[in-house]
Amino acid sequence: MSDIHAGPAAQPVPIPVRTLAPWLIFGGLMMMLMIYFVGAEEGATSIIKGMYVHEYVHDGRHLLGFPCH
Amino acid sequence: MVGTLLMRGMLVGIVAGLLAFVFAKTFGEPQVNHAIDFESRMEAARGDAPEPELVSREVQSGIGLLTGVIVYSAGMGGLFALVFAYAYGRVGNIGPRALSALLAAAALLAIAIVPDLKYPPNPPSVGDPETIGIRTALFFTMIAISIASLTLSVLLVRRLIPRHGLWNASLGGALLFIVLIAFAQLLLKDINEVPAAFPAVVLWRFRIASLGIQCIMWMTLGFLFGYLVEKTMAPRWLYRPASA
Repeated sequence: MSDIHAGPAAQPVPIPVRTLAPWLIFGGLMMMLMIYFVGAEEGATSIIKGMYVHEYVHDGRHLLGFPCH
Repeated sequence: MVGTLLMRGMLVGIVAGLLAFVFAKTFGEPQVNHAIDFESRMEAARGDAPEPELVSREVQSGIGLLTGVIVYSAGMGGLFALVFAYAYGRVGNIGPRALSALLAAAALLAIAIVPDLKYPPNPPSVGDPETIGIRTALFFTMIAISIASLTLSVLLVRRLIPRHGLWNASLGGALLFIVLIAFAQLLLKDINEVPAAFPAVVLWRFRIASLGIQCIMWMTLGFLFGYLVEKTMAPRWLYRPASA
């Protein structure tokens, strides 16, 4: 009877790091790029010329707490 | 399966962004408008011509706000899903629903509340355009310090648990977090660029609205993501029988 456990019948299984790594790197970069465009593009730094992105997301940038002009 | 989690995180992020937008539109926009009125009055008093509008106020406060909040929220949802994918099964015997809720609470604390204590959100007309570089750098530095401190504190809690139990270990972790954040916030440069005549009530309401947006976004992410993962993915893939 030693194979009977009183604890929960199941335990979370971690996803192996080798499976995770490419997602963490490329997915992570893509997500951060999205956040960058809302939060900082055409403010402190600029990839695209002009101020259109900055002005377009202006209210969101303020209300999401990023420094804005 | 990581891809499925990532996609789900982004989709839940979009839902969270929609809810956050409704809140932002209702409680945030009136304060933004008050702040812009203040700016216009200051310009008029100085005799300056008003700045030309590159994007109209209707676009900024409507579709522009919607786009900004949703892109931000989808990005955070994706990052959240990736952190979830790493943390699952590595932070003890916690199911997806509870882990998702805990991670979202941690993110709200580390990404929004703690950085905002030092560098609070500011409405238009607060902030000197000359210092945008340093302000942006300090804001992101504060977020990085906050995330690092919380990670260290969680690691400390896990080390303390075997000898001191969960309650005391958590108190130890909380103490470390508070000490680290207090030091960082004492040492980092202070910024106060609020114009002397700026209405205090507008500033307060704007900042509370901003905090509300973050709360709604992270609560939606935490609860909805965990619910979806638990319901659709857990039985087949996330669990293994303990006796195996």
